[in-house]
Amino acid sequence: MATVTQTEGRPSAAALSQTAPAIELRGISKAFGAVQANKDISIRVERGTIHGIIGENGAGKSTLMSILYGFYKADAGDILIGGTKTDIPDSQAAIRAGIGMVFQHFKLVENFTVLENVVLGAEEGAFLRPSLAKARRLLVDLAREYELNVDPDAKIEDLGVGMQQRVEILKALYRQADILILDEPTGVLTPSEADHLFRILRGLRDEGKTIILITHKLREIMDVTDNVSVMRRGEMTATVKTAETSPTELAELMVGRKVLLRVDKTPAQPGPVVLKVENLRVTDENGVERLRSINLEVRAGEILGVAGVAGNGQSELLEVLGGITEATGTVTLNGHPLQLSGPESDGRSRRQAGIAHVPEDRHRLGLILDFTAWENTGFGYQDRPDYTNGALMNQHALRTDTEGKMERFDVRPANCWLHAKSFSGGNQQKIVLAREIERNPDLLLVGQPTRGVDIGAIEFIHQRLIELRDAGKAILLVSVELDEIFALSDRIAVIFDGRIMGERTPDQTDETELGMMMAGMDGKAR
Amino acid sequence: MDTMPRWADIALIPLINLALALLVSALVIAAIGENPAEAMGVMIRGAVGSAYGWGYTLYYATNFIFTGLAVAVAFHARLFNIGGEGQAALGGLGVALVCLMVPWPHWSLALPAAVIGGALFGAAWAAIPAWLQAKRGSHIVITTIMFNFIASALLVYLLVNVLKVPGSMAPETARFPEGARLPSAYDWGAWMGFGRSAPLNVAFFVALACCVLVWVLIWKTRLGYEIRAFGQSEPAAKYAGIRPVRIIMITMLVSGALAGLMAVNAVQGEAERLVIDSVQGAGFVGIAVALMGRSHPVGVLLAALLFGALYQGGAELEFEMPAISREMIVVIQALVILFTGALDNMVRGPVEGFFRRLRRGAA
Repeated sequence: MATVTQTEGRPSAAALSQTAPAIELRGISKAFGAVQANKDISIRVERGTIHGIIGENGAGKSTLMSILYGFYKADAGDILIGGTKTDIPDSQAAIRAGIGMVFQHFKLVENFTVLENVVLGAEEGAFLRPSLAKARRLLVDLAREYELNVDPDAKIEDLGVGMQQRVEILKALYRQADILILDEPTGVLTPSEADHLFRILRGLRDEGKTIILITHKLREIMDVTDNVSVMRRGEMTATVKTAETSPTELAELMVGRKVLLRVDKTPAQPGPVVLKVENLRVTDENGVERLRSINLEVRAGEILGVAGVAGNGQSELLEVLGGITEATGTVTLNGHPLQLSGPESDGRSRRQAGIAHVPEDRHRLGLILDFTAWENTGFGYQDRPDYTNGALMNQHALRTDTEGKMERFDVRPANCWLHAKSFSGGNQQKIVLAREIERNPDLLLVGQPTRGVDIGAIEFIHQRLIELRDAGKAILLVSVELDEIFALSDRIAVIFDGRIMGERTPDQTDETELGMMMAGMDGKAR
Repeated sequence: MDTMPRWADIALIPLINLALALLVSALVIAAIGENPAEAMGVMIRGAVGSAYGWGYTLYYATNFIFTGLAVAVAFHARLFNIGGEGQAALGGLGVALVCLMVPWPHWSLALPAAVIGGALFGAAWAAIPAWLQAKRGSHIVITTIMFNFIASALLVYLLVNVLKVPGSMAPETARFPEGARLPSAYDWGAWMGFGRSAPLNVAFFVALACCVLVWVLIWKTRLGYEIRAFGQSEPAAKYAGIRPVRIIMITMLVSGALAGLMAVNAVQGEAERLVIDSVQGAGFVGIAVALMGRSHPVGVLLAALLFGALYQGGAELEFEMPAISREMIVVIQALVILFTGALDNMVRGPVEGFFRRLRRGAA
């Protein structure tokens, strides 16, 4: 595993900042109904710098960038691009102003090639051939200059997320973007892919491009940015030079109070085995073996962390245990075997057996985004007596329960009639967690519990998981964040290529050894 | 984030769509040298200007409520049931068998039996495409369209070879016995001015009851919750333990049953015998009704009334202004479907923009 490289201070950035800033926002405000998403925000982004924007979920970062990219119109305030006041009514205008955006969720045509995606919407003339040829030349140049190598003829659906993200960057560069906005770019990347991305971004900056990096990961901010602006509850609380600040200071600015970056917990008191997995195998529809003979145990009162680079089978493991994917092998819960295929292998029977599941992808699995919060509270438990009245849903009970959950889990805004899609990522995750944890399951499956979640909520979520463990429940945690694995797990199992490479306890191991195991090398061999 | 108030979405936009459709219709009528204002007057008076008109408008609307609800229910599970036509035709067969095979003493017994017969046959006809979709992944749009043709051929065969009255030239069943006759509007609504010829009958109230039942099903029951969840996201439904096969089957059975119920109105209530093509395109109109009604029972009811009025008004227009042919009326109906269904987004954009400016002005 590549380790994170440190950036040196860059004098050239300071020299360039004599000219007009690449972007200046003056007094930007934006309200959605009663919610003030952006309050009088002013910011200068100097040309040729990497400018980080950091803040909790729902702090208004994405809204601000959407205004800059023409998705929303600000209620008040001015946008200055390169010193001139510019009106950005839509994304076409943003592109003309030299702004390129790489979204958290990529906007690519899956069954088109890389080249076709790059050209899409920016074709010159009625025939594709000249544009494609031009794009191909550009791709070759960029690949050489910035390590932005992607096979131009590969189809998007065959590429990993890291590669897809590069295609998004290439799209922006093809449209001659001078200013590149990246929204949570590393959320879907492995650590080495993230390092690669940062090398690309530094290369682009050195060529004079301006980069805005929206993130809530302090380490990335410290690692790659020149300046950093902090947002809290719709306001810009500070803009500082990265070299002159510290992660602790930034974290305080973000949440407005001291944060515990480590979880306080007592040693685990493991009880009897709750989950026992033997010889578990999954073969996907293309005949590829996703899980090859997994064996593991989780005891009551402990957290087993499954570490691994995304795509090595941990998603399949969760989905098999959650009753979504079929498998072969033996899985027992409190000694009772679970059906791994057929009609009795579904989310409903798993829940009845005492398994709760916080899925890795809350948008795809955990929530119905067009349902209200209270409808989502019943999701997966729609047949429970406390939520039903015979064949009818007991809507009153659901709403009362949702209001209680929103209060206990500090979901904001605490309005059970809002649709799930109206909440920020962290609050969506709290809705899912409240639903699953409060069922008091024997086994909690939890995937990427804090993905896309801000620091304040991370702390909260971690404490809830520890509380559940201390209440004598078994937890199987899957996370690609090693920090999280170390902070929460009582035992760590490393998964690689559908196999468990080995098990460690957090105090016996370190990131280097786990990194080797995650890369498929036997950690014991060192 | 809602860019415009709910009432604008559910009322204003359909009304603008309708106004645009009528405007273009007026241009078409003017183009063939007739007076559009006069034509509109004839249509409106013909549809809702008299008890006679209402008798037909509500009769047609009853058909469209059944088929519209059928499409709407399926749509909540993101299943596009194009097979209302065939399901309603089979529903006709079920109703006819019920009415002909049992010597009903009174309509109050015959009606529930016919409801069951029509619903069962309609559901059965939807069951095969549903099964193919659920188990084999055969696309429901394709299979339900094919089943419309099969239904049509099957009914022709049955009416010509099996159910025809011996010695008769017409490919239709015998007239239903008196005990199976549903009270028409004349029987219970003569005081409102309905005449003997009004085809409107008690099936209208069955349709209204179905609106309420569908509303309860979709928005209040656990099954409706699961149908909507499945329609929103199949992977998430699986996560929640909702079985796709079960939801597809149940939804399509309910949908087919609702389409089949149309026969209680058209076959038992009006024709009082099963004839060839008893559905007369109502299955397809149901798609437009469901689209315009936003798949909500209240919307379906209102859209069905509108289309009922268009049908009846169109028939009057054809009668009163011979220059406006049958085809021209189909054009007007098609324009309404085009504007309310297909061109919905054309109006939506500007209206959303208007409300955004309005909100900014107020803020």
